[in-house]
Amino acid sequence: MTQSLPFPPKRNPQKPTQVPTVPPMVRSRAALGLGVMAAQGRFGLQVCAQCQAVQYPPRDACLKCLNDDLPWQDVDPTGRVLAETTIRVSPEPYFRERMPWRMGSVKLNAGPVVNCHLHGEVGRGDMVRMALKLDKAGQGVLIALQLEGSENMQDDPVLRAMSCDPKRRRVLITDARAPMALALTQALLNAGAAHVFLGEPEAWRRWPERAAYAGMENVSIVPLDVTDVSSITKLSAEIGGKVDILVNTASFTRPGGVMGNDTTFARDAFEVNTLGLMRLAQGFGPAMASRVQDGVNSAAAFVNILSVHGLMPDPAYSAFGASQAAARSITQSLRSEFRGSGLRVINVYIGAIEGDPWFSTLPPPKVTPNAIARATVQGLVGGLEEVTCGDIAKDIYARWQNDAGLLEREITGGGS
Amino acid sequence: MSNIIEALAGALASSAARIVDLTHTLDPDFPVIVLPPEFGQCARFRMEEVSAYDHRGPAWKWHNLTMNEHTGTHFDAPSHWVSGKDVPNGAVDEIDPSVFIGPVVVIDCSKGAAQNDDYELTPEIIEDWEAQHGLIPADVWVLMRTDWSKKSGADYLNMAKDGPHSPGPTPAAIELLLKRNIRGFGTETVGTDAGQGAHYMPPYPAHYLLHGAGKFGLQCLRNLDLLPPTGALLIAPPLKIKGGTGSPLRVLALVTA
Repeated sequence: MTQSLPFPPKRNPQKPTQVPTVPPMVRSRAALGLGVMAAQGRFGLQVCAQCQAVQYPPRDACLKCLNDDLPWQDVDPTGRVLAETTIRVSPEPYFRERMPWRMGSVKLNAGPVVNCHLHGEVGRGDMVRMALKLDKAGQGVLIALQLEGSENMQDDPVLRAMSCDPKRRRVLITDARAPMALALTQALLNAGAAHVFLGEPEAWRRWPERAAYAGMENVSIVPLDVTDVSSITKLSAEIGGKVDILVNTASFTRPGGVMGNDTTFARDAFEVNTLGLMRLAQGFGPAMASRVQDGVNSAAAFVNILSVHGLMPDPAYSAFGASQAAARSITQSLRSEFRGSGLRVINVYIGAIEGDPWFSTLPPPKVTPNAIARATVQGLVGGLEEVTCGDIAKDIYARWQNDAGLLEREITGGGS
Repeated sequence: MSNIIEALAGALASSAARIVDLTHTLDPDFPVIVLPPEFGQCARFRMEEVSAYDHRGPAWKWHNLTMNEHTGTHFDAPSHWVSGKDVPNGAVDEIDPSVFIGPVVVIDCSKGAAQNDDYELTPEIIEDWEAQHGLIPADVWVLMRTDWSKKSGADYLNMAKDGPHSPGPTPAAIELLLKRNIRGFGTETVGTDAGQGAHYMPPYPAHYLLHGAGKFGLQCLRNLDLLPPTGALLIAPPLKIKGGTGSPLRVLALVTA
């Protein structure tokens, strides 16, 4: 049984905030593939294209037949713990702060024996399911979990350090007017978030949906406009040290191709979708990155709700797609900048939103605000980097991974 | 005093004449007109630091600004409206600068506007005013005082499901002002027209009729309660923007102490 996380005490102001450390970062090029899988919440290993042998650890040539075509595939994550050991001494600052540390070897039903971290509920001889997780260095690591974990299994310290679980954490949703903001607020509170701040741009424009937040406990509406650097500076000065998870919901959409569109709307799209993200990172990123190891309610994740058309544009929404592609590019740079602190950048890719008037002419399937909220919370709990939500986003993401050139022709070149 | 300019300077120095600032601060959070979202929108005022005595410029601080011609306290030129698109010299850079300084009269509608968000300036109100203060002279600025500038936040636009609700002139009132051959018309609200001005015939009568007749507009004014009904001088020169349909500006009034 894992003990439920305590409610964090108020900070002792005489103690410095612990400087974040990260586990060893260096990997072989082949082993980086573990992180690619972990980022998407998949359990996969290299499987030899010739002899089907499942490989571990990652390598450049098949351990059985020396073939060098070793594509990553999802494999059966179950296995049995063969042995466990407890490490009490380490030269690595990250592990020294967390001694003792349990590790084990697991015989996978898919074949190989792997060395892995052990969840607190797992011991020698147990049947387990393996998960690939991103550690604080952003690298893919293996952890053995109980097949049916206990109610509070997420609160296990080893697993929690690999997740961005909203439980006990304080969240800033950057645009309360976004279609998914209310559903997201409720989902985060249900997942145990301690407080949800919601940014309200242009309070001088009334919006009836605001009434839905009235009387909600642990919810505050605060002035924030991602296009206005002064509002970001002001809010980050006030609550920057209390934002453990930031979810950027601000988005600007207008339809239109390149030639028929106008650059005024395009500029608005970039101001909100791209530069807004950059301003948020500048305003809240440094404080968040410094608080990754700040106890129970430490900073954990910078989340962006992005259109999957950032990967491949829908030509009917050209400027929107361009701004989303640019936003995605910024999140990739941010991942690199936050890498040393352990702050995770999570992208939640969505398709057209149900009820959004700018997508009203598009046929279903569309993604609902509730689905976006659910996927975002799941991404946080799982500690992912890449989350797809809804059929359209999942489909486009998969096709893009498989063959981006073919996807471009499918979308822009008369594919049926 | 040997000449009139020196006399004026002396009056300002001695506080026999005072300057009243009729301008709102350009602030990112100041409301702008909101149109149906499929239309292009008025850009909000934004300020971006270029450097602040730092690595980007060690000894100086400066900002890039973005805004619309019609953001904050601003001037409307005739070319702003379709009815005024062919008015000669209808853009801010073409307007004869002699009209940027001139006499101003103020019609106090503050009592009515306090009771009715959709309060209308009508010909009757103008004629009542004229009964007290004399006919509105030709070539003057006419300002509609509503004390609306004292509202802030959501109350300023006062947007409801059926659009914004704020006071303004009826088409007949504008026609009467045009009969007086005024120079321009100014308000404390976000536009020269009433919040519900789209529902008049013609829609947006202040914009349509004034600009069609080559007259000017001023909006988002404040401190009109500090002006006398007659006898003040308005100073309202817009920026000299090539082809500009309007301009944010500093609006000042000269009043006697």
